[in-house]
Amino acid sequence: MARKPVKKKAPVKSTGHSWDGIEELDTPMPRWWVWTFYLTIIWGIGYLIAMPAIPLVHGATPGLLGKSSRADVAAEIAAVKAKNAPLDEKINGMELSKIASDPEVGAYAINGGHAVFQTFCIQCHGSGAEGNKGFPNLLDDDWLWGGTIDDIYTTVKHGIRSEDDDDTRLSDMPVFGDDYLSDEEIASAAQFVLSLSNRQTDPALAEAGAVVFEDNCAACHGEDAKGGREVGAPNLTDNIWLYGGDLATITETITNSRHGVMPAWSVDGKLSEAQIRQVAVYVHELGGGE
Amino acid sequence: MTTENQDAPQKLYAAREPVFPKRVKGRFRTIKWWMMIITLGIYYIGPWIRWDRGPGLPDQAILIDMAHRRFYFFWIEIWPYEFYFVAGLLIMAGLGLFLFTSALGRVWCGYACPQTIWTDLFILVERWVEGDRNARIRLYRQKWNAHKARLYLTKWFIWLLIAVATGGAWVFYFADAPTLLVDLVSFKAPFVAYGFIAGLTATTFLFGGFMREQVCTYMCPWPRIQAAMMDEDTMTVVYREWRGEPRKHTKLKEGETYGDCIDCNACVAVCPMGIDIRDGQQLECITCALCIDACDEMMDKVGKPRGLIAYISANDEPLERAGNPPRNMWKHLFRPRTLMYFTLWAAVGVALLVALFIRPDIQVNITPVRNPVYIALSDGTIRNTYDVRILNKHGTEENFHLSAKSLDDDSEFDLEIQGIDGHIVTAPADSTHSVRVYLNAKPDSPAATRNRTNVRLWIEDMKTGERTSVDTIFNGKS
Repeated sequence: MARKPVKKKAPVKSTGHSWDGIEELDTPMPRWWVWTFYLTIIWGIGYLIAMPAIPLVHGATPGLLGKSSRADVAAEIAAVKAKNAPLDEKINGMELSKIASDPEVGAYAINGGHAVFQTFCIQCHGSGAEGNKGFPNLLDDDWLWGGTIDDIYTTVKHGIRSEDDDDTRLSDMPVFGDDYLSDEEIASAAQFVLSLSNRQTDPALAEAGAVVFEDNCAACHGEDAKGGREVGAPNLTDNIWLYGGDLATITETITNSRHGVMPAWSVDGKLSEAQIRQVAVYVHELGGGE
Repeated sequence: MTTENQDAPQKLYAAREPVFPKRVKGRFRTIKWWMMIITLGIYYIGPWIRWDRGPGLPDQAILIDMAHRRFYFFWIEIWPYEFYFVAGLLIMAGLGLFLFTSALGRVWCGYACPQTIWTDLFILVERWVEGDRNARIRLYRQKWNAHKARLYLTKWFIWLLIAVATGGAWVFYFADAPTLLVDLVSFKAPFVAYGFIAGLTATTFLFGGFMREQVCTYMCPWPRIQAAMMDEDTMTVVYREWRGEPRKHTKLKEGETYGDCIDCNACVAVCPMGIDIRDGQQLECITCALCIDACDEMMDKVGKPRGLIAYISANDEPLERAGNPPRNMWKHLFRPRTLMYFTLWAAVGVALLVALFIRPDIQVNITPVRNPVYIALSDGTIRNTYDVRILNKHGTEENFHLSAKSLDDDSEFDLEIQGIDGHIVTAPADSTHSVRVYLNAKPDSPAATRNRTNVRLWIEDMKTGERTSVDTIFNGKS
């Protein structure tokens, strides 16, 4: 086939490196490539001057543009707070029971309450609000101090047996093991408590325990043992036990008493009024609210 | 390519040899004009077609609504979870490319690729402003003066207009086109719209005006991949060297015998890739077939048969060299490989169509809340919590009735919905509505005492009676 001869190009110098007959040439870079390279250097110097760059002992050089990621975040948080301020104000001025179903602030309150809960409450009540031994399950329908939205609000605001708040929820179960009751009386009372939730007991002991209960416990837990919310006395006839419903735990509870505590979240500005209202709404909406 | 130049060391970065494709007329050029009109027409006009979907829904026929996560295509509305339709279309596009490549070589590159289409359009503008090949070469070589500057500036300005229109058309697919156009010219459109327009304007201007064939040769991976789909039966643009050679462009002397090629260089002059097809198949060739048109025209003029350059396949070459006619084109096209690609392509297409027509208008998803696994209520009732999402694809607000049945013992669960009295949920039009649902099993009932009970949650459209269900697990106290 006849072809036109191809123009010979000027030879390129060799670097002198050769491997297996493959030679490394000293071909110059394309001009655009070289200029791009110089541009990156210039850009780098400019960046060094304009932005925080060189690490010092405390912090770094500030840069001419005064860029600060921390300040950016602070500004973002402030902007969100400012945006939410009218919603919080509305929540603060509302009747508690109306918040959840309010089309404007309902979802905001529940989600905000969720965030508060995830930050401040899960340490004791668990990430799903399922509670733990000594820390109530907030999903069920059994409440020590009441499960209405107002009750929950009061509990969150003032805490339980909190030393920081004079309005805290306060009650004091006697330490019956000290000198009030003998071991036999405690054993029989425990049997009686077991019988309240229809479990297997020693009938004779339980009958004796009924008398002990009548004399010592009914004042707070009630004649019918269904508890007393004004003093945070639990219902002993249901299936829900804060510390455990087996004989050993009940005996221990009667002997040594229980004094669970919860912080008063309004004290020292731990939580704002709006946050307390939000988390109260959130807890009330978990399924067990009354 | 400088394949013969092996003795002299080559520069690794060669300056681009500018290409000045000559105007050509013929069958394939006509096909390409029509392809350009159709594809550009679809691209530029597409977003402006209106389609009434009722109140509250966009009336743009083709719309990718990122903010509301919907894709509208005439009567079809795709939700994000139906993305498999898009995946299916991409698979079809891939298989379609395989099919066409195995049958007709780089037919995508030559006729339908946006790079080819826009380059063609830009060359059209260039020719209109500066004249045909020779005039353009002259202009290119001459020193800068007012005349050259005026022509070049005119050309660049028209290119820029086309580029802006191209970038502009792109963003109209993502928002209501008339509203966005008004926003764009009044500088009220979102920054991202201007960003996309600027980016696509730059790439269109650069790729169509200046980089042209380099995009295909150096940047695009598809030509390299396509090689795997071509075989000896693939129809591709070939110079019948056995008929054309030896070539001669001067008058024959007595007794001289030469091939049919008159070495007029018409095929080289029209080539947008700047190659000589007579050197054989080469990686730059996009098989746009313009050299066929150019050569046929010359053959007609000198009274020789057409087809010195033509679509033929590799396994026809030995036949033709031996003096036999080539095999029928249809035999090349219908062969197991192409039929298999077509079958796969059609199967995916049919599956998508079926899926499109049987998809329900309502759908329900359920996520059990597993923290905690179950809740014991004071009377011993066991409660499980679920997050239920109802997808209402109707254009109207609908009421749904919820109920839950055990699949293991046929008993109904007591169902509660957070914040709602009763079992009816109202879902807004064309949206996903989430509710929290509690299922309660009575104390000591089978579901309450069993580790796992299979549950089916039914939702029923109160108006249309349409029902759909989703299965989940109820965890009891075990």
